[in-house]
Amino acid sequence: MTVHIEEAPAPPPPVKGSRGPGEGRRPPRRRVPSGLVPYLLLAPAVFALLAVLGYALARNVLISFQEFGRRQLISRTTEWTGLDNYKAVLENERFWDSLVRTFFFMAANVVLIMVLGTLLGLLLNALGKKMRLVLAISLVAAWAMPVIPSTTVFRWLFDTQFGLANWVMRTLGFSGYDQHNWFGSGMSTLAIVTLLIVWTSVPFVALNLYAGLTTVSGEIWEAARCDGASSQRIFWSILMPIMRPFFMITTFLEIIWVFKAFAQIYAMNAGGPDRQSETLPVMAYVEGMGQNQYGMAAAISVLTLVILLIAMSFYFRLILKQEKENS
Amino acid sequence: MRKVWLNGTALVLSALFIFPVYWMVSTSFKSNSQVLTKEPVFFFTPTFEHYSTATGVELFWTYVTNSVVVTVGAVLLALAVALAASYAIARLEFKGRRGMVIAVMMAQMAPWEILIIVVYLNARDAEMLNSLLTLTLIYFVMSLPFTIWTLRGFIAAVPKELEESAMLDGCNRRQAFLRVIFPLLGPGLMATSLFGFIAAWNEYAMVLVLNKSPDAATLPLWLTQFQTNFGNDWGATMAASTLVTIPVLIVFLLLQRRATGGLSAGAVKG
Repeated sequence: MTVHIEEAPAPPPPVKGSRGPGEGRRPPRRRVPSGLVPYLLLAPAVFALLAVLGYALARNVLISFQEFGRRQLISRTTEWTGLDNYKAVLENERFWDSLVRTFFFMAANVVLIMVLGTLLGLLLNALGKKMRLVLAISLVAAWAMPVIPSTTVFRWLFDTQFGLANWVMRTLGFSGYDQHNWFGSGMSTLAIVTLLIVWTSVPFVALNLYAGLTTVSGEIWEAARCDGASSQRIFWSILMPIMRPFFMITTFLEIIWVFKAFAQIYAMNAGGPDRQSETLPVMAYVEGMGQNQYGMAAAISVLTLVILLIAMSFYFRLILKQEKENS
Repeated sequence: MRKVWLNGTALVLSALFIFPVYWMVSTSFKSNSQVLTKEPVFFFTPTFEHYSTATGVELFWTYVTNSVVVTVGAVLLALAVALAASYAIARLEFKGRRGMVIAVMMAQMAPWEILIIVVYLNARDAEMLNSLLTLTLIYFVMSLPFTIWTLRGFIAAVPKELEESAMLDGCNRRQAFLRVIFPLLGPGLMATSLFGFIAAWNEYAMVLVLNKSPDAATLPLWLTQFQTNFGNDWGATMAASTLVTIPVLIVFLLLQRRATGGLSAGAVKG
């Protein structure tokens, strides 16, 4: 494959004498000056990323400054409106509701994922071989479930008429769960989405933490135990400092992932009922595709992006620090 | 005592985590009267009727083909393009290398879910809606940064000495790459392409905006519409969910076994 890329673009004829030492006596088959090779190898990747991702990001910002509705979509005209979209979004109560909702949703998810994931990782580490395998298999099964099938399963579990959740509630003796509609409010819908996201994300944290723990030398534990440290003390004073980079990086990863979650929320209940379970990404979609307010949608998406960038900058700083330490 | 307590907790948690998967599969094998009931049935004789309902749906095989074409196309494109880029990043010295590394890292976190509207508008302007090619290209670019990132690691892990000794023996750089590095990259290529496969196979947001027409839809999009089309036929819906899940489960198993590389360990003797 690389061969194509190296040969495809016609390079400028080499200037005599510009080659490095030792290359002069080679047959003149290779015409690309060696300084250009890395750039030629990178060119297809850079081009693809710029044409699709770069262009999308740039145009997203541009559209957020345009009046872009159904009319402009059909007539294909550009009408600049300055900051009108942002003004409209920021004055829209729905946006602020959605923003607050997104933050609470994200916080609830990330806290649950990190706490449960850590506990499960520690449990994996403490278990015997056989039991650990059993738990690991069921964790991997949950992790491997594709987004849409798992969302569909949760819709089935929480079905109004025949769902298992209502049966469980009835069996536990709660009244009013004969035909309880779990998707009757935004709060309840997002609670179920939280359950779904926590279920699929905890295995990632637990299995990675366990993998990390196996690299911690057993002597450290023994030494701490000999000195009479309690389990809690060992966790906070030994494990936490050693695994700190892992916890930091995973937390920020989960923050970013949950904040931009779209498929689970939209496939669960399309942001409903009555747009009450819309988080920012879902709201941007509904404003755009549902209401044909593409300018507004772009403004929401730019604002979401800005919030995400803050979380990402922390994440990148952590990753770069680790890269440096590793190399 | 502590052991019993730990094992008990682990058992309960294992059951909880596997339960939705179990419920999906078991529902798909129950007869309709056992599915649509107020009192759930836990013991039953399996029936395949829901699978024939699900696979008998009009266009079912079109969705399967679409999903396979888009996924495989995107993965192969990403591998080809990423192989070149990651070789440059891992092995060659050039100006802007560090910048490139950071750009790839950032692109890996690109929030595509938030860009669906503008991607839709771009595809519409280029008259590329409802096209498998568009979807393939988008999935290719989505998986490209990750592919570059991981392949870079795999290439960097091949000892430089191997390449250098090949070049001393008369290979040029390209030959050294093709004959020495490439064969050693097997596990790396496998692992990265499987990850790319999973990401593209599961993707929902893009196909939702781009390919509204049924004959250009993929399996996840079809699955979300299955419920709207079939109402309460949960047995068939779960059969369809199971069918979409199976390839991913197989890939996960493959990853577990094959991704553990180490082919080149010991190739250079100290």
